[in-house]
Amino acid sequence: MSERSQIIAKVLELIEPFNKKGIEVSEATRFAQDLEWDSLTVLDFVANIEDEFDVIITMNMQAEIETVGQLVDALEKLKA
Amino acid sequence: MTDLFSKFDPLIEQRETLLETGITDPFNLVMEEVESPTVAICNGRRTILLGTYNYMGMTFDPDVIAAGKRALDEFGSGTTGSRVLNGTYGGHKACEEALKDFYAMDHAMVFSTGYQANLGVISTVAGKDDYIILDIDSHASIYDGCALGNAQIVPFRHNDIEALEKRLKRIPAGAGKLVVLEGVYSMLGDIAPLKEMVAVSKANGAMVLVDEAHSMGFIGENGRGVAEAQGVIDDVDFIIGTFSKSVGTVGGFCVSNHPKFEILRLVCRPYVFTASLPPSVVATAATSIRKLMDSADKRAHLWENSKRLHAGLRQLGFTLGTEEPQSAIIAVIMPDLEKGAAMWEALLHEGLYVNLARPPATPAGMTLLRCSLCALHSEEQVGEILGMFAAAGRATGCIS
Repeated sequence: MSERSQIIAKVLELIEPFNKKGIEVSEATRFAQDLEWDSLTVLDFVANIEDEFDVIITMNMQAEIETVGQLVDALEKLKA
Repeated sequence: MTDLFSKFDPLIEQRETLLETGITDPFNLVMEEVESPTVAICNGRRTILLGTYNYMGMTFDPDVIAAGKRALDEFGSGTTGSRVLNGTYGGHKACEEALKDFYAMDHAMVFSTGYQANLGVISTVAGKDDYIILDIDSHASIYDGCALGNAQIVPFRHNDIEALEKRLKRIPAGAGKLVVLEGVYSMLGDIAPLKEMVAVSKANGAMVLVDEAHSMGFIGENGRGVAEAQGVIDDVDFIIGTFSKSVGTVGGFCVSNHPKFEILRLVCRPYVFTASLPPSVVATAATSIRKLMDSADKRAHLWENSKRLHAGLRQLGFTLGTEEPQSAIIAVIMPDLEKGAAMWEALLHEGLYVNLARPPATPAGMTLLRCSLCALHSEEQVGEILGMFAAAGRATGCIS
């Protein structure tokens, strides 16, 4: 598996506990509109991502991240 | 033309749906007369006030009123100017002296509101490449301070010491760090574990700002707040406070021992680009702050009130924001906005005013009936308040 596909696999795994509606998740899935996450869910999910990848995703960065794909892009950059 | 107001349509609709049920608008109450810190006339009815943050009941203190009247006569109705131009009078300096004495700190800076104190200090102290690490349940004025500045913002789960520590450790080495905490969180009335959080922050090289708006005058041996009560006030770099709660007027401040603190007066935009407080306001504030230094008896009575209300409400079957009373705020958790609004109205009919708080101000989408006690609530009034909660709770089906 390439590094990107490893990141995607991990992100999808971490999304699942918060995927209350059980929707199909792809890189195009949007956190607010499709997964319908509120601010507390986002906080918990981001904390899990930060712990898994040992990075910080500031609120400034979060404001630019709407979709799963954009999160993976950001993580690729942070880990580079 | 795109109507710029269409983004408010969902809120307008929610409000109309609520008001169609014939309920009194909870966000449009008028106090027609105010008898004392604990009683006002609302809709022609004598109403006990249990949602004012007037913790120490200083608003009608005879010395405070006299100082305000004197300043109004001697210095006029307003300064018409910025603190750094023509808006600093003797009264503003006297008020800052009172704050320095109250907190036993080297520097004090008075802002026109508590909101502006947070806005100003947070946005100015943390610059572009610095990090602000803040509790997710922080007050709007803290978030707005972050938004006004351009630092990197890192939130952590409410009161979670480990979450704070993890984030501090991940911040790039050498970056400036400001940890922002509150002594009392006003929605649920819970306090922060400042002892541990301040220690963790200092161990990781961060400066610490604590907003003690809801604890000043009441918590801590000298009423300096939760940081004093937990023995860490000397390690806190900035304390933010307000005059609109225990002090009993309006205004905000920051106190600090930082040797370069005074430079903020020139670089802090919400301090520079607004008019200073009127002379009567700073005179009432200074008098009130000095009186709060010797208010141990009132602090003790306020604790009694808080404990009695907490125990009484719990006995009636209400769900409260904290297991034990931690401050002068007792939050009653309502199942939803409709029930909360109905209960709020039923209490008003009984002759009791509390705050109805709802998302987005509240954590986790909760609807709360927030009660804030006053040192001047008598034992009898607390008994009356519990009777009103019992009647309103049964009438609305909130308790059985």
